[in-house]
Order: sequence, then C-alpha cells, then structure tokens
Amino acid sequence: MNEEILALTYWQDAWFRFRSNRAAYVTLWTLTVIGILSFAGPLLSPYSYSEIHLDLKNTAPCFKFWFGSDELGRDLFTRVWWGARISLFIGVTAASIDVAFGVLWGSLSAYMGGKIDELMMRICDILYSIPYLLVVILLTVIRGSGISTILIAMTLTGWINMARIIRGQILQLKQSDYIASAKIIGASRRRILFRHLLPNAMGPIVATLTLTIPTAIFTEAFLSFLGLGVQAPAASWGVMVNDGLSAMRYYPWRLFFPAAMITITTLCFNLLGNALRDALDPRLRR
Amino acid sequence: MPYLFRKFLILLLSLWCVVTGTFFLMHAIPGDPFIGDKVIPEEVMRSLYAYYGLDQPLWVQYGKYLKGVVTGDLGYSIIYHGRSVNQFIREGLPISAILGIQSLAFAIPVGILLGTWAALKRTQWQDNLAMLLSTLLVSVPNFVLSSILQYVFAVQFHLFPVARWGGFEHTILPTLALAALPTAYIARLTRSNMVDVLQQDYIRTARAKGLPQFRIALTHGLRNAILPVISYLGPVITSILTGSFMVEKIFAIPGLGQWMIHSINSRDYPMIMGLTVFFSIFLMVMVFVVDVVYSLLDPRIRKGIAYE
Repeated sequence: MNEEILALTYWQDAWFRFRSNRAAYVTLWTLTVIGILSFAGPLLSPYSYSEIHLDLKNTAPCFKFWFGSDELGRDLFTRVWWGARISLFIGVTAASIDVAFGVLWGSLSAYMGGKIDELMMRICDILYSIPYLLVVILLTVIRGSGISTILIAMTLTGWINMARIIRGQILQLKQSDYIASAKIIGASRRRILFRHLLPNAMGPIVATLTLTIPTAIFTEAFLSFLGLGVQAPAASWGVMVNDGLSAMRYYPWRLFFPAAMITITTLCFNLLGNALRDALDPRLRR
Repeated sequence: MPYLFRKFLILLLSLWCVVTGTFFLMHAIPGDPFIGDKVIPEEVMRSLYAYYGLDQPLWVQYGKYLKGVVTGDLGYSIIYHGRSVNQFIREGLPISAILGIQSLAFAIPVGILLGTWAALKRTQWQDNLAMLLSTLLVSVPNFVLSSILQYVFAVQFHLFPVARWGGFEHTILPTLALAALPTAYIARLTRSNMVDVLQQDYIRTARAKGLPQFRIALTHGLRNAILPVISYLGPVITSILTGSFMVEKIFAIPGLGQWMIHSINSRDYPMIMGLTVFFSIFLMVMVFVVDVVYSLLDPRIRKGIAYE
C-alpha cells in the first residue's frame, strides 16, 4: 500500500507536466497579470473611462496619458483596462455557458445511449452545420447590440463543439473497468455520472474551455468591426480597435494598444489551451 | 451509400432550419420597414405592402419565401429600390470568388509545406518558430492584419495599390490577408498529423531501406497526413468567407462581403435575410461537398468503419 501513497493523482501529474512547459507557465502568468490589471488598471489612473478632454484629443502616449488619448481626449490607458473587463467578461462567460451546456448535453447523450443518444446527436449535427458567425450576426442585427445579445448569439450554437467532445470522452470512459465495478457495487446512475465519469473527463473540458475564450473574444471583435459591438461610451477591445483603424495613419497608438491587448490575450489563451491539452490528455501519458 | 445519404438528409434539414429560422426571426423585428424620415401617404403605404406581399398572412408569406428560396429568388433590397438580392450576388460573387480561390491556392500548399517542414524539424528551433508564427497569425484579428498589410505594403512602401478593385496587383494584399488564418491552421494540422505518421512502422521500413528523409516525408508521409487536411477544408472555406467581410471592406473591394456589411449598416433587412440565407446555403453545401470528397478518398469511411 506504500506505493499508492507515493503515486501522483491525475491533477498533480498534470500540474507537473504543465509546469515543465515553460512557455505555458509564462502565458499563465501573463493572463493573471492582465486579469488583475483589468480591475486595478482603471484605479491607477486619475481619469474615468468616459471622461472627455476636448482640448487634449489624440495626444500621443506621454506622462499624462500613458497610452495616449482618443478623438475625444479620453484616456486610453483607462479605456484599455475597462475594455479588458468587458472583453474578458464576454469571453469567459460565453465560454462557460458553452461548456456548461455542452457538458450537460454531451454527457446525457452519451449516458443515455440508444435512441435518445441518436436523436440528441442528430440535433447537434443539424445545428452544427449552420454557420456560427452568420447566426451571431443575424441575432445581433435583430435584437440590437448589447452584451446580453452578444452572449446569447454566441452561445446559441457555440456549445455543440463541447457536447461532441464530452460525448466522445464519456463513451470511451464508459467502457472502463472501474465503471463496471461501480455498477456492480450498486452505485446509482447519477453517482456514476457525477463522481466517476465527469471528473475523469475534466481534462478535455478545461482545455476546450481555455480554447473557447479566445474564439469568443475574437467574435466580439468581429461584431464590433461590423458596428454591432458594445455601445458607447463603454468600449470593449473590439470597439477600440475598430475606432483605432480609422485613425491608424496619424494616431497609430489608438490602434496599437487595444490591438496588442487582443493579440497578446488570444495568443496566451491559445498557447495555454494547447499546453493544457498536452498536460491533461491521458492518451499522452506514459 | 448510407453514410452519404444520412449526411444529405441532415444537410436538407439544416437548410430548412436556416431558411425558416431566418424568416421568422426577421418577421419578429418590431417596427415597419417603410417608416423612415418621410411621411408616406396611406394609399402608397398600402400599395407598398401589397407589392412586397406584407399584407398577407404570415404563413402565406412564409410559403412564398420558401418557394422563392427553392427556385433561387432571394427577394429584394429595400434601400436600393428595385434591385434584387440576386443582382447583388451576380455582381459581387465573382469578385469574392476570385479572392477566395486565390487565397485557397495560397493557403493549402504553403500550409502543408510549412507543417511538413515543422514536423521534420520537430522540437528544433525551426519547428518552434513555425508553430509560434502560426499561433501568432491565429491570434491577430483579421481586420487588424489587413490594415497592417495595407499600411505597410501599400501606404508606406507603395508596392501594391492601397485599395479598390482592378488588375491582379489589387488582389495580392487581400488574398494574403484572407489566406493568413487558413495557412496557419493547415500548417498546425499538417504538422500534428505528420508527427503521428512519421512514427508509423511503414516510415521506419522506408527509412531502413535507405530512402532519403525528404522523399519519405513527401511520398510516404504526406500522402497519409494530408487526408485530414481535406476534411478541414470546410471550416477553411467558412473562415475565408467571413474573413472576406472584413478584408473587402478594408480594401474597398465591391465583393459580396462588402455588400453584406453595407446591408447590415443600413439595416436593409430583406437584403440581410437574403444574403444570410445565400451564405448559409453556400457554406453548408460546400461543407457537404468536402465531406463527400473526403469519404470517397478515405476507404475507412467509405466502408463504414468508424475512426478509432
């Protein structure tokens, strides 16, 4: 029994593998800093995100405005971190809803099996073949832009990917011996699903969650480009990038800072997601 | 072929869902399409309603609309009086198609070559560089990339025209901007497939026979690694199509994507509806075609054997 005490749990093992990947470790820290600054950033500057200084418009980055100011003289440093709140909120919330619904649907489908599974997966197939971005555009056009509309539009068909991954995972796990033993002991279906199947499918869930966040941030930026983003004076990164585009030739900082934030954040989430997938994928374990 | 038949049924069902969903969503919008700045006399209003069939019950309108979609009539623009959505498609689609096909012609070979190269140099700096580059490309919003390309190569260095539609030189920057994302995705996919394939026994056999590394990769490896790339062409076409919305706007190209954005900005609801239905049908049929081609090429699917 001594051996068992020394054995690593799945999560300890994953954590060790994750830490040995230095790039992934750096991205985790970068994201933490961005997350903290999205709350602390606006407090560091004396301006509010909507404060207008018409005499100081389009100021280059300087001591007064660290990231410069926009066409209404609003402080870009404050706005970038305000935008971080909105963009990250949209990204994390949309991804979480997708994951929650996808896990529910996928695990139910896999667990029920038979006709119900068949039906639930056909529904997925049909919804999946409907182009995601067109649904998002159509819904935002109809409902008028706003954070709740963006979230509804993005999650309406966004969960299907997750549902499929989870279903595949659970179907595989269902064959394992420990599920059979749990059944023999007399564990209830619900207990097997929540205590045995879902915790073991956690790896792909976490990795997919991480990779869904940048997709959501991107979709929001795309909507802002179409003029369907968050409404002024609030600004997400997408809205700010879109504003900055028109001023790129003369006031490049107005594009640079929000565009850099989107790129860095997306890059970090993508790298982190890939690293998590490698660290958590049981098939790669030796 | 039961596999393809089932896929086809799903395609038809999805198409029906899109058309129906779009129709009822559009009719759920509050307000009146003809109420604008000008006050319109009541008789004119009534004849407008009669002309567009808006005075009929909803299900009659739905039936008419469904019939229109099936026979290829996608309705009219409200902003551009008297012009049909089909006219816009006839004008814009060839332009968008040129850009799309060119960027596919760039993305597929370049992505495959980059991915193969990275797989051959696995864990060396070339691999890391190629993968970092492709992750970076995936992380820059398409419209930012387009603007940067435009600014650097057209505005600063005058190598290409800044915008508008004309000869081949006008297509180069938009094509590159559209191809960036697919190239990066294809490179990543090819790399991971290639890494798997290169560990197979038949590669070891080929190596034992003394074949040069490069030839092994091309003739033995790529043939097997390339198959999943074909299945990925569906999402690639989708990404090029939505990318064209942004690229065409930034480079002022009169393609279909530009018209889509225009109709969104002017809230030209019938045109948004028509174009959305058109884009959806186009994409879904393309994805279906890719599926068919893939299943014909892969004997495992053709014979009904599931993966793994």
